[in-house]
Amino acid sequence: MSGPSKYTPKSPFARWLERRLPILSFMHDSFVAYPTPKNLNYMWTFGAILSFMLIAQIVTGVVLAMHYTPETSLAFDSIEHIMRDVNWGMFLRYAHANGASMFFLAVYLHIFKGMYYGSYKEPRELLWILGIVIFLAMMATGFLGYVLPWGQMSFWAATVITNLFSAIPVVGNSITTWLLGGYSVDNPTLNRFYALHYLLPFVLVAIVAMHVWALHVTGQNNPTGVEVKDEEKETVPFTPYATLKDAFGIGVFLVLFAWLTFFAPNYLGHPDNYIEANPLVTPAHIVPEWYFLPFYAILRAIPNKLLGVIALFSAVIIPAALPWLDFSKVKSARYRPWFAKAFWVFVAVGVGLGYLGSQPAEGGFLIAARVLTAYYFFHFLVLLPVLAKFEMTRPEPASIAASVAAANAVVEDAAHV
Amino acid sequence: MEGSRVSDETIAEPKRRDILFIATGAMAAVAAGAAVWPLLEQMNPDASTLALASTEVDLSAIVPGQIVTVKWRGKPVFVRHRTALEIAAAENTPLTDLPDPETDAKRVKKPEWLVVIGVCTHLGCIPLGHEGDFDGWFCPCHGSTYDTSGRIRSGPAPSNLEVPAYAFLTDTKIKIG
Repeated sequence: MSGPSKYTPKSPFARWLERRLPILSFMHDSFVAYPTPKNLNYMWTFGAILSFMLIAQIVTGVVLAMHYTPETSLAFDSIEHIMRDVNWGMFLRYAHANGASMFFLAVYLHIFKGMYYGSYKEPRELLWILGIVIFLAMMATGFLGYVLPWGQMSFWAATVITNLFSAIPVVGNSITTWLLGGYSVDNPTLNRFYALHYLLPFVLVAIVAMHVWALHVTGQNNPTGVEVKDEEKETVPFTPYATLKDAFGIGVFLVLFAWLTFFAPNYLGHPDNYIEANPLVTPAHIVPEWYFLPFYAILRAIPNKLLGVIALFSAVIIPAALPWLDFSKVKSARYRPWFAKAFWVFVAVGVGLGYLGSQPAEGGFLIAARVLTAYYFFHFLVLLPVLAKFEMTRPEPASIAASVAAANAVVEDAAHV
Repeated sequence: MEGSRVSDETIAEPKRRDILFIATGAMAAVAAGAAVWPLLEQMNPDASTLALASTEVDLSAIVPGQIVTVKWRGKPVFVRHRTALEIAAAENTPLTDLPDPETDAKRVKKPEWLVVIGVCTHLGCIPLGHEGDFDGWFCPCHGSTYDTSGRIRSGPAPSNLEVPAYAFLTDTKIKIG
Protein backbone atom coordinates (compact mmCIF):
# COMPACT_ATOMS: atom_id res chain seq x y z
CA MET A 1 0.00 0.00 0.00
CA SER A 2 1.09 3.52 -0.59
CA GLY A 3 2.39 5.87 2.06
CA PRO A 4 5.82 6.74 3.39
CA SER A 5 8.31 3.88 3.36
CA LYS A 6 8.75 1.84 6.54
CA TYR A 7 12.28 1.02 5.49
CA THR A 8 15.30 2.55 7.19
CA PRO A 9 18.65 1.71 5.62
CA LYS A 10 21.08 0.36 8.22
CA SER A 11 24.44 -0.06 6.51
CA PRO A 12 26.40 2.80 4.90
CA PHE A 13 26.12 1.02 1.53
CA ALA A 14 22.33 0.73 1.87
CA ARG A 15 22.17 4.47 2.66
CA TRP A 16 24.38 5.24 -0.35
CA LEU A 17 22.23 3.08 -2.63
CA GLU A 18 18.92 4.30 -1.22
CA ARG A 19 19.76 7.96 -2.00
CA ARG A 20 20.49 7.07 -5.63
CA LEU A 21 18.04 4.26 -6.40
CA PRO A 22 15.47 3.44 -3.70
CA ILE A 23 15.27 -0.21 -4.70
CA LEU A 24 15.82 -1.54 -1.17
CA SER A 25 12.89 0.39 0.27
CA PHE A 26 10.80 -0.63 -2.74
CA MET A 27 11.54 -4.32 -2.16
CA HIS A 28 11.04 -3.93 1.59
CA ASP A 29 7.68 -2.19 1.20
CA SER A 30 6.49 -4.66 -1.46
CA PHE A 31 7.60 -7.98 -0.05
CA VAL A 32 8.41 -7.50 3.63
CA ALA A 33 6.31 -4.78 5.23
CA TYR A 34 3.41 -5.05 2.77
CA PRO A 35 0.30 -5.63 4.89
CA THR A 36 -1.75 -8.75 4.05
CA PRO A 37 -5.19 -9.42 5.53
CA LYS A 38 -4.75 -11.86 8.39
CA ASN A 39 -7.69 -14.06 7.35
CA LEU A 40 -6.29 -15.17 3.95
CA ASN A 41 -6.69 -18.89 3.24
CA TYR A 42 -4.56 -21.18 1.07
CA MET A 43 -6.36 -20.12 -2.11
CA TRP A 44 -4.32 -16.93 -1.73
CA THR A 45 -1.05 -18.78 -2.26
CA PHE A 46 -1.64 -19.24 -6.00
CA GLY A 47 -0.20 -15.82 -6.83
CA ALA A 48 3.16 -16.95 -5.48
CA ILE A 49 2.76 -20.40 -7.06
CA LEU A 50 2.12 -18.76 -10.43
CA SER A 51 5.12 -16.46 -10.07
CA PHE A 52 7.21 -19.52 -9.30
CA MET A 53 5.84 -21.37 -12.35
CA LEU A 54 6.52 -18.44 -14.68
CA ILE A 55 10.15 -18.33 -13.55
CA ALA A 56 10.45 -22.12 -13.73
CA GLN A 57 9.10 -22.13 -17.29
CA ILE A 58 11.49 -19.37 -18.38
CA VAL A 59 14.49 -21.11 -16.82
CA THR A 60 13.72 -24.57 -18.28
CA GLY A 61 12.70 -22.94 -21.57
CA VAL A 62 15.92 -20.98 -21.98
CA VAL A 63 18.06 -24.07 -21.42
CA LEU A 64 15.91 -26.15 -23.81
CA ALA A 65 16.39 -23.43 -26.42
CA MET A 66 20.13 -24.12 -26.24
CA HIS A 67 19.51 -27.58 -27.73
CA TYR A 68 16.42 -27.17 -29.91
CA THR A 69 16.47 -26.45 -33.67
CA PRO A 70 13.49 -24.58 -35.17
CA GLU A 71 13.73 -25.99 -38.69
CA THR A 72 11.15 -28.41 -40.07
CA SER A 73 13.60 -31.12 -41.11
CA LEU A 74 15.51 -30.97 -37.80
CA ALA A 75 13.00 -29.91 -35.12
CA PHE A 76 11.53 -33.34 -34.37
CA ASP A 77 14.96 -34.94 -34.24
CA SER A 78 16.31 -32.18 -32.03
CA ILE A 79 13.60 -33.00 -29.48
CA GLU A 80 14.68 -36.65 -29.53
CA HIS A 81 18.26 -35.40 -29.23
CA ILE A 82 17.25 -33.50 -26.10
CA MET A 83 15.48 -36.59 -24.77
CA ARG A 84 18.34 -39.04 -25.41
CA ASP A 85 21.65 -37.20 -25.68
CA VAL A 86 21.54 -33.92 -23.76
CA ASN A 87 22.60 -34.19 -20.12
CA TRP A 88 19.42 -34.15 -18.04
CA GLY A 89 17.59 -33.28 -21.27
CA MET A 90 14.71 -35.66 -20.67
CA PHE A 91 14.10 -34.19 -17.22
CA LEU A 92 14.31 -30.62 -18.49
CA ARG A 93 11.87 -31.24 -21.32
CA TYR A 94 9.40 -33.14 -19.15
CA ALA A 95 9.62 -30.39 -16.52
CA HIS A 96 8.90 -27.75 -19.17
CA ALA A 97 6.02 -29.64 -20.82
CA ASN A 98 4.37 -30.62 -17.53
CA GLY A 99 5.25 -27.19 -16.14
CA ALA A 100 2.88 -25.72 -18.73
CA SER A 101 0.10 -27.96 -17.43
CA MET A 102 0.85 -27.07 -13.83
CA PHE A 103 0.95 -23.38 -14.76
CA PHE A 104 -2.53 -23.64 -16.27
CA LEU A 105 -3.83 -25.70 -13.33
CA ALA A 106 -2.65 -22.94 -10.97
CA VAL A 107 -4.06 -20.14 -13.13
CA TYR A 108 -7.48 -21.80 -13.33
CA LEU A 109 -7.58 -22.21 -9.53
CA HIS A 110 -6.40 -18.60 -9.17
CA ILE A 111 -9.19 -17.39 -11.49
CA PHE A 112 -11.83 -19.50 -9.73
CA LYS A 113 -10.68 -18.10 -6.38
CA GLY A 114 -11.17 -14.57 -7.73
CA MET A 115 -14.63 -15.50 -9.01
CA TYR A 116 -15.73 -17.09 -5.72
CA TYR A 117 -14.59 -14.24 -3.50
CA GLY A 118 -15.59 -11.45 -5.92
CA SER A 119 -12.02 -10.24 -6.20
CA TYR A 120 -12.81 -8.54 -9.52
CA LYS A 121 -15.08 -5.94 -7.92
CA GLU A 122 -14.38 -2.29 -7.24
CA PRO A 123 -11.57 -1.23 -6.80
CA ARG A 124 -9.85 -4.26 -8.38
CA GLU A 125 -11.38 -4.17 -11.90
CA LEU A 126 -8.14 -3.30 -13.64
CA LEU A 127 -6.23 -5.86 -11.59
CA TRP A 128 -8.73 -8.47 -12.80
CA ILE A 129 -8.54 -7.38 -16.45
CA LEU A 130 -4.74 -7.52 -16.34
CA GLY A 131 -5.18 -11.06 -15.03
CA ILE A 132 -7.32 -11.99 -18.05
CA VAL A 133 -4.67 -10.44 -20.34
CA ILE A 134 -2.08 -12.64 -18.60
CA PHE A 135 -4.33 -15.67 -19.20
CA LEU A 136 -4.59 -14.80 -22.91
CA ALA A 137 -0.82 -14.37 -23.22
CA MET A 138 -0.37 -17.71 -21.43
CA MET A 139 -2.72 -19.41 -23.90
CA ALA A 140 -0.81 -17.95 -26.85
CA THR A 141 2.53 -18.98 -25.33
CA GLY A 142 1.30 -22.49 -24.53
CA PHE A 143 -0.03 -22.98 -28.06
CA LEU A 144 3.15 -21.67 -29.71
CA GLY A 145 5.29 -23.93 -27.54
CA TYR A 146 3.19 -26.98 -28.35
CA VAL A 147 3.96 -26.52 -32.05
CA LEU A 148 7.74 -26.60 -31.59
CA PRO A 149 8.27 -30.41 -31.15
CA TRP A 150 6.90 -30.70 -34.71
CA GLY A 151 4.92 -33.84 -34.06
CA GLN A 152 1.57 -34.64 -35.66
CA MET A 153 -0.39 -32.90 -32.89
CA SER A 154 1.93 -29.88 -33.11
CA PHE A 155 1.39 -29.56 -36.83
CA TRP A 156 -2.37 -29.99 -36.79
CA ALA A 157 -2.83 -27.76 -33.76
CA ALA A 158 -0.97 -25.06 -35.68
CA THR A 159 -3.16 -25.68 -38.73
CA VAL A 160 -6.47 -25.58 -36.86
CA ILE A 161 -5.63 -22.58 -34.67
CA THR A 162 -4.26 -20.42 -37.50
CA ASN A 163 -7.28 -21.37 -39.60
CA LEU A 164 -9.54 -19.94 -36.89
CA PHE A 165 -8.59 -16.56 -38.34
CA SER A 166 -9.75 -17.63 -41.80
CA ALA A 167 -13.31 -17.38 -40.43
CA ILE A 168 -13.02 -13.58 -40.45
CA PRO A 169 -15.01 -12.29 -43.43
CA VAL A 170 -13.13 -10.87 -46.46
CA VAL A 171 -9.61 -10.61 -44.97
CA GLY A 172 -9.58 -13.94 -43.08
CA ASN A 173 -7.60 -15.98 -45.61
CA SER A 174 -5.03 -13.19 -46.04
CA ILE A 175 -4.56 -13.03 -42.27
CA THR A 176 -4.05 -16.80 -42.06
CA THR A 177 -1.50 -16.70 -44.90
CA TRP A 178 0.24 -13.80 -43.15
CA LEU A 179 0.38 -15.70 -39.85
CA LEU A 180 1.71 -18.84 -41.56
CA GLY A 181 4.13 -17.14 -43.93
CA GLY A 182 2.83 -19.46 -46.64
CA TYR A 183 -0.22 -21.38 -47.77
CA SER A 184 0.16 -24.09 -45.17
CA VAL A 185 2.03 -24.64 -41.91
CA ASP A 186 5.69 -24.95 -42.88
CA ASN A 187 9.20 -23.81 -42.03
CA PRO A 188 8.40 -20.06 -41.92
CA THR A 189 5.60 -20.87 -39.45
CA LEU A 190 7.85 -22.94 -37.19
CA ASN A 191 10.55 -20.25 -37.24
CA ARG A 192 8.26 -17.41 -36.21
CA PHE A 193 6.43 -19.52 -33.64
CA TYR A 194 9.78 -20.24 -32.01
CA ALA A 195 10.71 -16.54 -31.99
CA LEU A 196 7.36 -15.60 -30.47
CA HIS A 197 7.40 -18.46 -27.98
CA TYR A 198 10.69 -17.07 -26.70
CA LEU A 199 9.39 -13.49 -26.65
CA LEU A 200 5.97 -13.86 -24.99
CA PRO A 201 7.11 -15.10 -21.56
CA PHE A 202 9.02 -11.85 -21.11
CA VAL A 203 5.94 -9.90 -22.14
CA LEU A 204 4.17 -11.98 -19.49
CA VAL A 205 6.74 -10.89 -16.90
CA ALA A 206 5.93 -7.25 -17.71
CA ILE A 207 2.15 -7.76 -17.46
CA VAL A 208 2.57 -9.76 -14.25
CA ALA A 209 4.60 -6.84 -12.84
CA MET A 210 1.67 -4.52 -13.60
CA HIS A 211 -0.76 -7.07 -12.12
CA VAL A 212 1.25 -7.17 -8.87
CA TRP A 213 1.63 -3.39 -8.91
CA ALA A 214 -2.13 -2.94 -9.21
CA LEU A 215 -2.60 -5.50 -6.42
CA HIS A 216 -0.26 -3.58 -4.15
CA VAL A 217 -2.16 -0.35 -4.79
CA THR A 218 -5.61 -1.74 -3.94
CA GLY A 219 -4.45 -4.32 -1.41
CA GLN A 220 -5.58 -7.93 -1.42
CA ASN A 221 -9.17 -9.04 -1.21
CA ASN A 222 -9.85 -11.61 1.54
CA PRO A 223 -12.36 -14.40 2.20
CA THR A 224 -14.91 -12.02 3.76
CA GLY A 225 -14.74 -9.59 0.84
CA VAL A 226 -14.83 -6.77 3.43
CA GLU A 227 -12.03 -4.28 2.90
CA VAL A 228 -9.31 -3.78 5.51
CA LYS A 229 -10.47 -1.04 7.90
CA ASP A 230 -7.82 -1.17 10.61
CA GLU A 231 -4.40 -1.99 9.21
CA GLU A 232 -3.00 -2.49 12.71
CA LYS A 233 -5.55 -5.07 13.82
CA GLU A 234 -6.51 -6.74 10.55
CA THR A 235 -3.27 -7.23 8.66
CA VAL A 236 0.03 -8.97 9.19
CA PRO A 237 3.27 -8.14 7.37
CA PHE A 238 3.97 -10.07 4.15
CA THR A 239 7.21 -11.37 5.63
CA PRO A 240 7.22 -13.72 7.42
CA TYR A 241 3.50 -14.55 7.38
CA ALA A 242 2.62 -14.62 3.67
CA THR A 243 6.14 -15.51 2.57
CA LEU A 244 6.18 -18.71 4.60
CA LYS A 245 2.57 -19.61 3.82
CA ASP A 246 3.32 -19.11 0.11
CA ALA A 247 6.49 -21.20 0.44
CA PHE A 248 4.46 -24.02 1.98
CA GLY A 249 1.84 -23.72 -0.80
CA ILE A 250 4.59 -23.90 -3.44
CA GLY A 251 6.00 -26.96 -1.67
CA VAL A 252 2.68 -28.82 -1.79
CA PHE A 253 2.21 -27.78 -5.42
CA LEU A 254 5.71 -29.03 -6.25
CA VAL A 255 4.80 -32.49 -4.93
CA LEU A 256 2.17 -32.81 -7.67
CA PHE A 257 4.48 -31.22 -10.26
CA ALA A 258 7.31 -33.60 -9.35
CA TRP A 259 4.99 -36.61 -9.40
CA LEU A 260 3.82 -35.72 -12.91
CA THR A 261 7.31 -34.99 -14.18
CA PHE A 262 8.97 -38.09 -12.74
CA PHE A 263 6.24 -40.73 -12.65
CA ALA A 264 3.74 -39.80 -15.36
CA PRO A 265 5.55 -37.41 -17.72
CA ASN A 266 3.43 -38.33 -20.73
CA TYR A 267 0.14 -38.74 -18.91
CA LEU A 268 -1.17 -35.37 -20.14
CA GLY A 269 0.43 -35.62 -23.59
CA HIS A 270 -0.72 -37.32 -26.77
CA PRO A 271 1.10 -40.31 -28.32
CA ASP A 272 0.46 -38.82 -31.78
CA ASN A 273 2.94 -36.07 -30.99
CA TYR A 274 5.73 -38.66 -31.03
CA ILE A 275 5.00 -39.11 -34.74
CA GLU A 276 6.78 -36.53 -36.87
CA ALA A 277 4.58 -33.90 -38.52
CA ASN A 278 3.07 -35.07 -41.81
CA PRO A 279 1.30 -32.37 -43.84
CA LEU A 280 -0.58 -35.01 -45.84
CA VAL A 281 -2.19 -36.98 -42.99
CA THR A 282 -4.43 -35.60 -40.26
CA PRO A 283 -4.58 -37.82 -37.14
CA ALA A 284 -7.94 -39.53 -36.75
CA HIS A 285 -8.76 -37.75 -33.50
CA ILE A 286 -7.15 -34.40 -32.81
CA VAL A 287 -7.57 -32.75 -29.44
CA PRO A 288 -5.72 -29.86 -27.84
CA GLU A 289 -3.92 -30.01 -24.50
CA TRP A 290 -6.31 -30.42 -21.55
CA TYR A 291 -6.20 -26.73 -20.62
CA PHE A 292 -7.81 -25.70 -23.90
CA LEU A 293 -10.49 -28.42 -23.94
CA PRO A 294 -13.45 -26.39 -22.57
CA PHE A 295 -12.94 -23.74 -25.23
CA TYR A 296 -12.41 -26.38 -27.91
CA ALA A 297 -15.74 -27.95 -26.93
CA ILE A 298 -17.42 -24.55 -27.36
CA LEU A 299 -15.85 -24.13 -30.81
CA ARG A 300 -17.10 -27.52 -31.96
CA ALA A 301 -20.53 -27.16 -30.40
CA ILE A 302 -21.50 -24.51 -32.94
CA PRO A 303 -22.25 -25.81 -36.44
CA ASN A 304 -21.17 -22.60 -38.18
CA LYS A 305 -17.53 -21.72 -38.76
CA LEU A 306 -17.64 -17.97 -38.08
CA LEU A 307 -20.04 -18.23 -35.14
CA GLY A 308 -18.01 -21.08 -33.66
CA VAL A 309 -14.87 -18.97 -33.74
CA ILE A 310 -16.72 -15.97 -32.28
CA ALA A 311 -18.10 -18.17 -29.47
CA LEU A 312 -14.62 -19.52 -28.74
CA PHE A 313 -13.03 -16.09 -28.42
CA SER A 314 -16.03 -14.67 -26.53
CA ALA A 315 -15.81 -17.50 -24.00
CA VAL A 316 -12.19 -16.60 -23.30
CA ILE A 317 -12.74 -12.83 -23.13
CA ILE A 318 -16.08 -12.66 -21.31
CA PRO A 319 -14.68 -13.06 -17.77
CA ALA A 320 -13.00 -9.65 -18.27
CA ALA A 321 -16.50 -8.13 -18.07
CA LEU A 322 -17.25 -9.72 -14.68
CA PRO A 323 -16.85 -6.46 -12.68
CA TRP A 324 -19.82 -5.07 -14.59
CA LEU A 325 -21.88 -8.24 -15.14
CA ASP A 326 -21.82 -9.06 -11.41
CA PHE A 327 -22.51 -5.66 -9.93
CA SER A 328 -23.61 -6.87 -6.48
CA LYS A 329 -21.92 -4.81 -3.77
CA VAL A 330 -21.32 -7.96 -1.69
CA LYS A 331 -18.05 -9.49 -2.85
CA SER A 332 -17.62 -12.85 -1.18
CA ALA A 333 -19.77 -15.86 -2.06
CA ARG A 334 -19.84 -16.58 1.69
CA TYR A 335 -22.63 -14.05 2.04
CA ARG A 336 -24.33 -14.84 -1.28
CA PRO A 337 -26.02 -18.27 -1.00
CA TRP A 338 -27.40 -18.36 -4.54
CA PHE A 339 -24.28 -16.93 -6.10
CA ALA A 340 -22.27 -19.62 -4.30
CA LYS A 341 -24.48 -22.35 -5.80
CA ALA A 342 -24.24 -20.73 -9.25
CA PHE A 343 -20.46 -20.65 -8.87
CA TRP A 344 -20.19 -24.39 -8.24
CA VAL A 345 -22.57 -25.15 -11.11
CA PHE A 346 -20.34 -22.98 -13.32
CA VAL A 347 -17.24 -24.90 -12.20
CA ALA A 348 -19.01 -28.17 -13.00
CA VAL A 349 -20.04 -26.83 -16.42
CA GLY A 350 -16.43 -25.82 -17.11
CA VAL A 351 -15.16 -29.28 -16.17
CA GLY A 352 -17.97 -30.87 -18.19
CA LEU A 353 -17.05 -28.82 -21.25
CA GLY A 354 -13.45 -29.94 -20.76
CA TYR A 355 -14.54 -33.58 -20.79
CA LEU A 356 -16.70 -33.06 -23.88
CA GLY A 357 -13.82 -31.32 -25.65
CA SER A 358 -11.81 -34.52 -25.31
CA GLN A 359 -14.56 -36.66 -26.86
CA PRO A 360 -15.52 -36.88 -30.54
CA ALA A 361 -17.98 -34.18 -31.61
CA GLU A 362 -20.93 -36.41 -32.42
CA GLY A 363 -24.21 -37.75 -31.04
CA GLY A 364 -24.86 -37.23 -27.34
CA PHE A 365 -21.50 -35.55 -26.76
CA LEU A 366 -22.39 -32.85 -29.27
CA ILE A 367 -25.82 -32.24 -27.75
CA ALA A 368 -24.32 -32.05 -24.25
CA ALA A 369 -21.63 -29.65 -25.48
CA ARG A 370 -24.34 -27.39 -26.93
CA VAL A 371 -26.31 -27.38 -23.69
CA LEU A 372 -23.22 -26.60 -21.60
CA THR A 373 -22.03 -23.92 -24.05
CA ALA A 374 -25.41 -22.23 -23.75
CA TYR A 375 -25.18 -22.45 -19.96
CA TYR A 376 -21.63 -21.01 -19.98
CA PHE A 377 -22.84 -17.82 -21.62
CA PHE A 378 -26.12 -17.85 -19.65
CA HIS A 379 -24.09 -17.83 -16.42
CA PHE A 380 -22.22 -14.68 -17.37
CA LEU A 381 -24.80 -12.75 -19.35
CA VAL A 382 -28.05 -13.58 -17.53
CA LEU A 383 -27.56 -15.36 -14.22
CA LEU A 384 -24.92 -13.07 -12.71
CA PRO A 385 -26.71 -9.78 -13.49
CA VAL A 386 -30.02 -11.23 -12.24
CA LEU A 387 -28.45 -12.48 -9.02
CA ALA A 388 -26.67 -9.16 -8.54
CA LYS A 389 -30.02 -7.40 -8.72
CA PHE A 390 -32.38 -9.76 -6.88
CA GLU A 391 -30.39 -12.01 -4.57
CA MET A 392 -31.06 -11.70 -0.82
CA THR A 393 -27.54 -11.60 0.59
CA ARG A 394 -26.57 -12.53 4.14
CA PRO A 395 -25.21 -9.73 6.34
CA GLU A 396 -21.51 -9.19 5.91
CA PRO A 397 -19.36 -8.92 9.03
CA ALA A 398 -18.65 -5.36 10.11
CA SER A 399 -14.94 -5.89 9.57
CA ILE A 400 -12.28 -8.55 9.12
CA ALA A 401 -11.51 -8.21 12.83
CA ALA A 402 -15.17 -8.87 13.73
CA SER A 403 -15.25 -11.91 11.42
CA VAL A 404 -12.07 -13.33 12.94
CA ALA A 405 -13.34 -12.67 16.49
CA ALA A 406 -16.63 -14.45 15.70
CA ALA A 407 -14.79 -17.45 14.25
CA ASN A 408 -12.54 -17.63 17.33
CA ALA A 409 -15.59 -17.47 19.62
CA VAL A 410 -17.11 -20.47 17.83
CA VAL A 411 -13.86 -22.41 18.27
CA GLU A 412 -13.72 -21.51 21.97
CA ASP A 413 -17.33 -22.52 22.52
CA ALA A 414 -16.60 -25.86 20.96
CA ALA A 415 -13.58 -26.27 23.23
CA HIS A 416 -15.68 -25.57 26.36
CA VAL A 417 -18.29 -28.13 25.34
CA MET B 1 -0.12 45.49 -41.51
CA GLU B 2 1.30 46.64 -38.20
CA GLY B 3 -1.97 46.28 -36.25
CA SER B 4 -2.25 42.62 -37.18
CA ARG B 5 0.57 41.57 -34.84
CA VAL B 6 -1.66 42.02 -31.79
CA SER B 7 -4.59 40.10 -33.27
CA ASP B 8 -2.24 37.26 -34.33
CA GLU B 9 -1.67 36.42 -30.69
CA THR B 10 -5.26 36.58 -29.53
CA ILE B 11 -7.28 35.08 -32.39
CA ALA B 12 -6.81 31.38 -33.20
CA GLU B 13 -5.63 31.80 -36.75
CA PRO B 14 -3.19 29.25 -38.12
CA LYS B 15 0.30 30.59 -38.03
CA ARG B 16 3.33 29.52 -40.00
CA ARG B 17 4.45 27.54 -36.96
CA ASP B 18 1.15 25.60 -36.83
CA ILE B 19 1.53 24.66 -40.48
CA LEU B 20 5.08 23.49 -39.74
CA PHE B 21 3.91 21.41 -36.77
CA ILE B 22 1.12 19.75 -38.78
CA ALA B 23 3.37 19.09 -41.76
CA THR B 24 6.11 17.66 -39.52
CA GLY B 25 3.60 15.51 -37.67
CA ALA B 26 2.13 14.22 -40.94
CA MET B 27 5.58 13.36 -42.26
CA ALA B 28 6.45 11.63 -38.99
CA ALA B 29 3.28 9.53 -39.26
CA VAL B 30 4.15 8.57 -42.83
CA ALA B 31 7.69 7.69 -41.77
CA ALA B 32 6.42 5.59 -38.84
CA GLY B 33 4.04 3.76 -41.19
CA ALA B 34 6.83 3.19 -43.72
CA ALA B 35 9.08 1.82 -40.95
CA VAL B 36 6.41 -0.52 -39.58
CA TRP B 37 5.36 -1.86 -42.99
CA PRO B 38 8.44 -4.06 -43.57
CA LEU B 39 8.10 -5.38 -40.02
CA LEU B 40 4.61 -6.64 -40.84
CA GLU B 41 5.08 -7.52 -44.50
CA GLN B 42 8.08 -9.78 -43.76
CA MET B 43 5.60 -12.29 -42.33
CA ASN B 44 3.84 -12.79 -45.69
CA PRO B 45 4.94 -15.66 -47.98
CA ASP B 46 8.49 -15.03 -49.16
CA ALA B 47 9.79 -15.29 -52.72
CA SER B 48 10.85 -18.92 -52.33
CA THR B 49 7.39 -19.89 -51.14
CA LEU B 50 5.70 -17.98 -53.96
CA ALA B 51 8.02 -19.54 -56.52
CA LEU B 52 6.89 -23.11 -55.76
CA ALA B 53 6.55 -24.81 -59.14
CA SER B 54 3.42 -26.33 -60.53
CA THR B 55 2.91 -30.07 -60.23
CA GLU B 56 2.27 -32.55 -63.04
CA VAL B 57 0.26 -35.68 -62.35
CA ASP B 58 0.19 -38.82 -64.52
CA LEU B 59 -3.39 -40.09 -64.52
CA SER B 60 -2.80 -43.38 -66.36
CA ALA B 61 -1.98 -45.31 -63.18
CA ILE B 62 -5.08 -44.18 -61.28
CA VAL B 63 -7.84 -46.80 -61.53
CA PRO B 64 -11.56 -45.94 -61.31
CA GLY B 65 -12.58 -45.42 -57.70
CA GLN B 66 -9.07 -44.52 -56.61
CA ILE B 67 -8.05 -41.23 -54.98
CA VAL B 68 -4.45 -40.11 -55.29
CA THR B 69 -3.02 -37.36 -53.10
CA VAL B 70 -0.31 -35.12 -54.54
CA LYS B 71 1.43 -32.22 -52.83
CA TRP B 72 1.10 -28.77 -54.32
CA ARG B 73 2.16 -25.55 -52.59
CA GLY B 74 2.63 -27.57 -49.40
CA LYS B 75 -0.98 -28.70 -49.49
CA PRO B 76 -2.49 -32.02 -50.51
CA VAL B 77 -4.49 -32.14 -53.76
CA PHE B 78 -6.92 -35.02 -54.25
CA VAL B 79 -7.11 -36.46 -57.77
CA ARG B 80 -10.12 -38.77 -57.84
CA HIS B 81 -10.91 -41.14 -60.68
CA ARG B 82 -14.67 -41.28 -60.26
CA THR B 83 -16.79 -44.34 -61.06
CA ALA B 84 -19.94 -44.02 -63.15
CA LEU B 85 -21.97 -44.36 -59.95
CA GLU B 86 -20.09 -41.55 -58.22
CA ILE B 87 -20.47 -39.29 -61.26
CA ALA B 88 -24.19 -39.97 -61.36
CA ALA B 89 -24.53 -39.26 -57.63
CA ALA B 90 -22.69 -35.95 -58.04
CA GLU B 91 -24.61 -34.87 -61.13
CA ASN B 92 -28.05 -35.85 -59.87
CA THR B 93 -27.85 -34.02 -56.55
CA PRO B 94 -30.37 -31.14 -56.57
CA LEU B 95 -28.71 -27.79 -55.88
CA THR B 96 -31.25 -27.18 -53.11
CA ASP B 97 -29.57 -29.94 -51.07
CA LEU B 98 -26.27 -28.08 -51.06
CA PRO B 99 -25.14 -25.55 -48.42
CA ASP B 100 -22.76 -24.06 -51.02
CA PRO B 101 -24.66 -24.67 -54.29
CA GLU B 102 -22.48 -25.47 -57.29
CA THR B 103 -23.15 -27.88 -60.15
CA ASP B 104 -20.85 -30.84 -60.63
CA ALA B 105 -20.19 -29.71 -64.21
CA LYS B 106 -18.65 -26.46 -62.95
CA ARG B 107 -16.24 -28.35 -60.70
CA VAL B 108 -14.74 -30.79 -63.22
CA LYS B 109 -13.15 -30.56 -66.65
CA LYS B 110 -13.84 -34.22 -67.43
CA PRO B 111 -16.54 -36.04 -65.43
CA GLU B 112 -14.26 -38.99 -64.55
CA TRP B 113 -11.64 -36.73 -62.98
CA LEU B 114 -12.26 -34.65 -59.89
CA VAL B 115 -9.33 -32.48 -58.77
CA VAL B 116 -9.74 -30.63 -55.45
CA ILE B 117 -7.48 -29.17 -52.78
CA GLY B 118 -7.56 -31.67 -49.93
CA VAL B 119 -7.97 -29.15 -47.16
CA CYS B 120 -11.19 -28.99 -45.18
CA THR B 121 -12.66 -25.51 -45.55
CA HIS B 122 -13.49 -25.47 -41.85
CA LEU B 123 -10.14 -25.39 -40.05
CA GLY B 124 -7.69 -26.93 -42.48
CA CYS B 125 -7.59 -30.64 -41.63
CA ILE B 126 -7.27 -33.26 -44.36
CA PRO B 127 -10.53 -35.15 -45.00
CA LEU B 128 -10.54 -38.93 -45.39
CA GLY B 129 -11.64 -40.31 -48.79
CA HIS B 130 -14.51 -42.75 -49.40
CA GLU B 131 -15.98 -41.94 -46.01
CA GLY B 132 -18.97 -40.07 -44.64
CA ASP B 133 -22.65 -40.27 -45.53
CA PHE B 134 -22.10 -39.10 -49.11
CA ASP B 135 -19.16 -41.39 -49.89
CA GLY B 136 -17.01 -38.42 -50.77
CA TRP B 137 -14.86 -37.27 -47.87
CA PHE B 138 -15.21 -37.06 -44.11
CA CYS B 139 -13.14 -34.67 -42.00
CA PRO B 140 -12.01 -36.38 -38.79
CA CYS B 141 -11.43 -33.13 -36.94
CA HIS B 142 -14.88 -31.64 -36.68
CA GLY B 143 -17.08 -33.97 -38.70
CA SER B 144 -17.70 -32.16 -42.02
CA THR B 145 -18.82 -34.44 -44.86
CA TYR B 146 -18.29 -33.85 -48.57
CA ASP B 147 -19.89 -35.61 -51.55
CA THR B 148 -18.29 -37.19 -54.63
CA SER B 149 -17.94 -33.73 -56.15
CA GLY B 150 -16.09 -32.44 -53.05
CA ARG B 151 -19.07 -30.30 -52.09
CA ILE B 152 -19.88 -29.65 -48.44
CA ARG B 153 -22.98 -31.56 -47.35
CA SER B 154 -23.00 -31.44 -43.54
CA GLY B 155 -20.90 -30.22 -40.62
CA PRO B 156 -19.28 -26.90 -39.76
CA ALA B 157 -17.30 -26.30 -42.97
CA PRO B 158 -18.71 -23.27 -44.80
CA SER B 159 -17.82 -24.08 -48.41
CA ASN B 160 -16.95 -26.78 -50.96
CA LEU B 161 -13.45 -28.18 -51.30
CA GLU B 162 -11.58 -25.72 -53.47
CA VAL B 163 -10.83 -26.62 -57.11
CA PRO B 164 -7.27 -25.54 -57.96
CA ALA B 165 -6.29 -24.12 -61.35
CA TYR B 166 -5.26 -27.08 -63.50
CA ALA B 167 -5.16 -28.11 -67.15
CA PHE B 168 -5.09 -31.36 -69.11
CA LEU B 169 -1.75 -31.53 -70.92
CA THR B 170 -2.71 -34.82 -72.57
CA ASP B 171 -5.57 -37.24 -71.95
CA THR B 172 -3.58 -38.84 -69.14
CA LYS B 173 -1.63 -35.94 -67.69
CA ILE B 174 -2.65 -32.83 -65.82
CA LYS B 175 -0.70 -29.83 -64.60
CA ILE B 176 -1.81 -28.25 -61.35
CA GLY B 177 -0.98 -24.57 -60.79
